[in-house]
Amino acid sequence: MVTMAVQVAGNAEVHIPLRINLQRVEARRKLRAFALAVPLLLFILITFIFPIARMMFDAVHDNTLLKLMPQTAAALSAWDGKDLPSEGAYAALAADLKHAWAQKTAGAIGKRINFELPGAASQVASSSREANALSTGPYKAALIEINPLWAQPEVWAVLKRGGSSYTPSYLLRSVDYQYGPDSQIVALPTDSAIFRDVFLRTFGISIGVTAITLLLGFPLAYLLATLPSRVSNLLMMLVVLPFWTSLLVRTTAWVVLLQSNGVVNDVLMTLHIISQPAELIFNRVGTIVAMTHIQLPLTLLPIYSVMKTISPNYVRAARSLGAGPFYGFWKVYFPQTIPGIAAGCLLTFILCLGYYLTPALVGGPSDQMIAYFIARYTNEELNWGMASALGAILLTATLLLYYVYNKLVGVDQLKMG
Amino acid sequence: MPDANNAFVKFSDIQKTYDGETLVVKNLNLDIARGEFLTMLGPSGSGKTTTLMMLAGFEMPTQGSIFLGARSIDNVPPHKRDIGMVFQNYALFPHMTVEENLAFPLKVRRLGRADVESRIKRALDMVQLGAHGKRRPSQLSGGQQQRVALARALVFDPKLVLMDEPLGALDKQLREQMQLEIKHIHEDLGVTLVYVTHDQSEALTMSDRIAVFNDGVIQQLAAPSELYERPQNAFVAQFIGENNRLEGKVVAMNGAICEVEVPGAGNVRATTVNVAGVGRSAVLSLRPERVKLSPAPGSLPNVFGAQIAEVIYLGDHVRARISVCDQNDFVIKLPNSDGVVQLEPGAAITVGWKTEDCRAFDAS
Repeated sequence: MVTMAVQVAGNAEVHIPLRINLQRVEARRKLRAFALAVPLLLFILITFIFPIARMMFDAVHDNTLLKLMPQTAAALSAWDGKDLPSEGAYAALAADLKHAWAQKTAGAIGKRINFELPGAASQVASSSREANALSTGPYKAALIEINPLWAQPEVWAVLKRGGSSYTPSYLLRSVDYQYGPDSQIVALPTDSAIFRDVFLRTFGISIGVTAITLLLGFPLAYLLATLPSRVSNLLMMLVVLPFWTSLLVRTTAWVVLLQSNGVVNDVLMTLHIISQPAELIFNRVGTIVAMTHIQLPLTLLPIYSVMKTISPNYVRAARSLGAGPFYGFWKVYFPQTIPGIAAGCLLTFILCLGYYLTPALVGGPSDQMIAYFIARYTNEELNWGMASALGAILLTATLLLYYVYNKLVGVDQLKMG
Repeated sequence: MPDANNAFVKFSDIQKTYDGETLVVKNLNLDIARGEFLTMLGPSGSGKTTTLMMLAGFEMPTQGSIFLGARSIDNVPPHKRDIGMVFQNYALFPHMTVEENLAFPLKVRRLGRADVESRIKRALDMVQLGAHGKRRPSQLSGGQQQRVALARALVFDPKLVLMDEPLGALDKQLREQMQLEIKHIHEDLGVTLVYVTHDQSEALTMSDRIAVFNDGVIQQLAAPSELYERPQNAFVAQFIGENNRLEGKVVAMNGAICEVEVPGAGNVRATTVNVAGVGRSAVLSLRPERVKLSPAPGSLPNVFGAQIAEVIYLGDHVRARISVCDQNDFVIKLPNSDGVVQLEPGAAITVGWKTEDCRAFDAS
């Protein structure tokens, strides 16, 4: 009855319900499609986006001093930073130290100050204990008496900067800078400046491993793509077989092979190529060999799958047009493999940047990459601000490189297969 | 036309096997004259593409020699043969523009820049794509890609051009248009063209001569009209054009004419092509359009009663499936012209045909 009424009501009105109907159907369809994607979206959000965002935040956020020494922070807000602060600030410090002693938070305060003023941790702890005995002022002389630390303008500068929840200290330290005595930014002394080297080393090793996997992988991919499928399937098994073995096993296998009395050295010495064992492991050589081994299939597979799609007719056409075998390969075949090369190299390079286990197991002290230091700050030194800052810089640098790469190659050119 | 002593391309006792057991091409001898348009026609697996690939240099004959001009090209690599080739899916280089594709063979030959440019322009104009030089192949339609492939195969003025089913990916209308264009380009340039296809109408439209391949052997090599009118064996009769088949036994032979006893019909008089002799079984081949409906008594040597089983109206002509000579899939074709008889399924009719339209082949 109702539908009849609508139809009778006139043709002009029939269109509107039709459109709304369509919108409803579309909305329902989209909702259903979205509902299917929700679990994955949530998973990515919780395990990936949120931790990364949190890490980026932790790299610049630290409210330890603001939270644990609120009175000092308030008292120092008016301090000009030139001379030692006034008696009021010392009184606030004494109150905060007493409170810290009662709450057992002196350790955390000491650690935070120690980060910018090495050696301060124990002095803060002892000051806190002794400040507990102080009952009346003047606090300035008393505190300096307890510990000469409190007569240093540097410690007051640290405390004043602690009045803000946000600090660039960790990021500065990650690129080998720190705050000087007058709160100006200065380079770290050369003996403790390590991170710029570590970053350069990380990118250097990654570029090297990527280049070697490409040099080894490209001819192999070509072979696999052009051999009859029976043979190439067998070879492909050999390529991906290590892929199914644990990373740890593959890495430690290299220790067995490359150590001083390992297989490689034994063979070389038996053949009289070398007279005493070569240093092949626990140095850069071992690191690069093991990483290349692990990354080779990842560079190779995208190249292989792109090569598989290139019809042999292209090279035949080039030959029929007068190009010799090499010219035809270089001008016609190779350019068509670039999307695969780009994808394989990008994959390997970015994975290499995050290598931790392999350099830790087969590298020497001077082969540790940035992930090693992130892990150390996270697990051993419990300095998450520093770990986050290093991670944030690595992420930013990677994205920057990706951007440049995208400008050069074009990500829409990438083909994973 | 073909001159055996002065052949431009000569296949001499060519054999080819891939696995060492079965011959893909069996003892091929073929001469192609300068300026000829020769089509190799046959079903897939008949050896035609292999033959073409051997000529291009991408496959090596297992035995025999191929001559181009006067010299053997058995030891000449493909890029030194100077043969233009159009591939099945065009094989245009996807990372180059149309102009770069055309420049490729010219740059390999180290031609001067001005020469390269003028040749590219001429080739693009020839295929009416002058405005598309800066585009990538992927930005062109299938027909345009086909033209670029054609231009690229011709731009360096090869004396011989090979085409491997170049129109297979196009729709019917475009294919027919391109057939004529290729034919005209061939006529204008005077190149020798070897064309491979499995489409018989394509072969009939364009070729000077057609080599019908089956089972690695050239079944017949002849001009299109000859091939259609006078097929030399049962395979060619069956493969080229539509064909009715009657099987029987030869009962009498009299020069060019034989009589074949077809079960359920009686004797049919046919033209002898290659029957083995009296008493042997034979296949009769008869074109649907050569069967006359209701012939005047005595006007034709072969007249038989038939019954209409099915009528299909096709606009310009009417096809009827009839039962005649114990055969239910006998097809006749009647032009839709004035005075055409109304055909009703189930109606009894008479059909007849001339002796020369009915050709007798050996059945084996």
